[in-house]
Amino acid sequence: MTDASTVYVPIEKIGIRRRASASIAVIGNPNSGKSTLFNRLTGLRQTTGNYPGVTVEKHSGIAQLGSRALELVDLPGIYCLGGFSTDERIAVDVILGRMEDTPPPDGMLVVLDATHLYQGLYLLQQLMEMQLPIVVALTMTDVATASGIDISIEVLQRHLGGMRICPVVATTSRGLEDLKAALEGIADAPAPAFPESWPELSRTADQLTRESGGALQRIDVIQALIHPDSKRAAILEQRLDGTSLDAIRESLFGDEPPQAAEARHRYRWVREVLKEAQSQAPMLDRFGARTLRMLNRPWPATLMFFAIMALVFQAVFSWATPLMDAIDGGASWLGEWLGSQLPAGALSSFLTDGVIAGVGSVIVFLPQILILFLFIIVLEDSGYLARAAFLMDRVMRGVGLSGQSVIPMLSSFACAVPAIMATRVIPNRRDRIATILAAPFMTCSARLPVYALLIAAFVPDRSFGWLNLQGLVLMGLYLLGILGGLATAWLMKRSALRGPKPQFALALPEFRWPNPQTVLIKLMDRARVFLRRAGTVIFSVAVIVWALAYFPRSDEIRLDLAAATASTESSWSGPGLDQQLQQLENEAAAEQLAQSFLGRAGHFVEPLFRPLGWDWRVSAAVIAGFPAREVVVAVMGTIYAVGAEAEESSLVTKLRTASWPDGRPIFTLPMVLGLLLFYAWCLQCAATLAVIRRETNSWRWPIFAWCYMTTIGYTGALLLYQLGTRFA
Amino acid sequence: MTLQELRPGQYARIEKVDANQPGVVRLMVLGLIEGVEVQHANSAIGGDPMEVSVYGTAISVRKQQAGCFRIAPLDSND
Repeated sequence: MTDASTVYVPIEKIGIRRRASASIAVIGNPNSGKSTLFNRLTGLRQTTGNYPGVTVEKHSGIAQLGSRALELVDLPGIYCLGGFSTDERIAVDVILGRMEDTPPPDGMLVVLDATHLYQGLYLLQQLMEMQLPIVVALTMTDVATASGIDISIEVLQRHLGGMRICPVVATTSRGLEDLKAALEGIADAPAPAFPESWPELSRTADQLTRESGGALQRIDVIQALIHPDSKRAAILEQRLDGTSLDAIRESLFGDEPPQAAEARHRYRWVREVLKEAQSQAPMLDRFGARTLRMLNRPWPATLMFFAIMALVFQAVFSWATPLMDAIDGGASWLGEWLGSQLPAGALSSFLTDGVIAGVGSVIVFLPQILILFLFIIVLEDSGYLARAAFLMDRVMRGVGLSGQSVIPMLSSFACAVPAIMATRVIPNRRDRIATILAAPFMTCSARLPVYALLIAAFVPDRSFGWLNLQGLVLMGLYLLGILGGLATAWLMKRSALRGPKPQFALALPEFRWPNPQTVLIKLMDRARVFLRRAGTVIFSVAVIVWALAYFPRSDEIRLDLAAATASTESSWSGPGLDQQLQQLENEAAAEQLAQSFLGRAGHFVEPLFRPLGWDWRVSAAVIAGFPAREVVVAVMGTIYAVGAEAEESSLVTKLRTASWPDGRPIFTLPMVLGLLLFYAWCLQCAATLAVIRRETNSWRWPIFAWCYMTTIGYTGALLLYQLGTRFA
Repeated sequence: MTLQELRPGQYARIEKVDANQPGVVRLMVLGLIEGVEVQHANSAIGGDPMEVSVYGTAISVRKQQAGCFRIAPLDSND
């Protein structure tokens, strides 16, 4: 018989790396140094997952402490448990244990920024209502000291009911050992005392918790009182049949929003604590740095914003080019080499034109995407993102959005996928969706090859003074994109997404040097998300388009090519045989494409696109471009029998001479302008659709975006062609 | 006088907040409540939104919401 108290320790628990014995939520205000501290504590032992049904990534890591290991869950930065934005709602749901698949935390590590204790203590006070053990990490103590802020830890501790407070400097690891020691004992630490800032609310909450018969915890009751429309409120109402919550609310909050009353009570307490614990109430003047203030003046700051954006664009477009060219060259070299090693046929074509071209088209975007992500992360971590939103708020208000839409909109000039992912900071769902719908209009880098080809072919290279006509048309296309996006946001905010004006209340953090390790971890994280979400879509699309353009194969064309090749080889004398053979091959490829599924589809939809002045070839290229617009130039190359990898100049020549059966040229100026407009406004990108579906968590918005953009692209091209042909 | 009329660089104490106006609660959660001292630290071009500093934290406030904060200006010759 074994003693009931005997515990057998499994072998894997004895090693140095222990399993996490408890889960700790890491919570703090935005820009409080929370992520850097999280990285310090967990090192590289992190995992990124997803919370079910929402887009916010779940970051967790294992912290190895002396005698035990803890799972740390890094939550988005928040100011209160009010849940204004998606990020805030996630944080609240995780802390309150309302998130599926995520057990409620056993304790909390609350990160307080010593230079912004005012807002930090407000959040801490709300968290103290939860009856979970708390350890406080006081960050930025070095910055606070440098700015003359003196904080008495003992006094602070006394006001917080003896809670452990560990001053740390996350960047240099100072104080980290103390914090680790405190965390080690967190699961056994007593829950903090309830704050005494609002005795009426405390009493009411205690009473209602008793009356609800254990259906709700005290924190749920408080949340139910403060948020009348929440699910908790409905449950509480049901439980307390007879008692009117509204009457209770009125006596507590008066006729104002409950959160306003809450803010008054809690901040009154915060100010009393700060009066004793902090020796100097810091005002903005404490830095005394005149230059910084100068740069923050309206005009210099706005000019600097444009300079920074110019730098970002410079980086995204020119620094990435050599890398992109190298990847492109590498992929086609590999394709050619493999093609020469394998017997010609479906397998060879599948590997070279399908798989390698597909992988190539994913990684060719990586340099740009990574540079863009890097800038977004650095701007975010340095605190500049908020300032940019502040500076541009007035402009965005014109279309019913707020300054927080500016960075996503600008990012989509490189690629809509990271841009749409960057809309998460927008608190209001309607504003966020309006921004998501506007983003794909911006001229992304995948549109440029098509623009470049058509402009070089059909817009005269003429100059008016220092203005070049081709340049003007390109600029016009960018403006068309901006116009389309802003008009869409404006229209949506006035119709389907009508709602209260976007609120814009934002803390503007001081500039801080981003922590390189944190930046790198975030960058790898987002690159992974991009590859998983967009990469898989782009790759599959490339393979599907290849299959549609390859099958079915006509034996007749193949045999004709063999015969023609043989007869040319025997009869040709003199130089240029290779060219002649290549020409035959290209023509055969064009014929094959003409009778492939894609070619047939082109013929099939030609009547639909005829009013736009497009023949079946253009129609087929456009159809191929719907899943991924960047393939269009290659499809055109094949379809006009110059080869997919042809020099642009030979394709330009072909396009210029392409004609209808009756000899009229196909590519007239109105038709080309219409085609360009179609490209500017159409949502030809499956990766973007997939990300919209992911970020809005419904099929409704990607389907709407696709139909809407295709309709206005088609209508625009139709009007341009019809009016252009009639009046020109 | 409301926060709207506070000139750049000037300090004031918040006297009364009209919490029923849209967008004001969010600012109160960030700490703009009765009794605190604030400074009009800065603004975007055209003076809207304004950057209001409270306890060392800069908060972006749109002109429209600034009108919901009644203030008493303080001497700023410190």
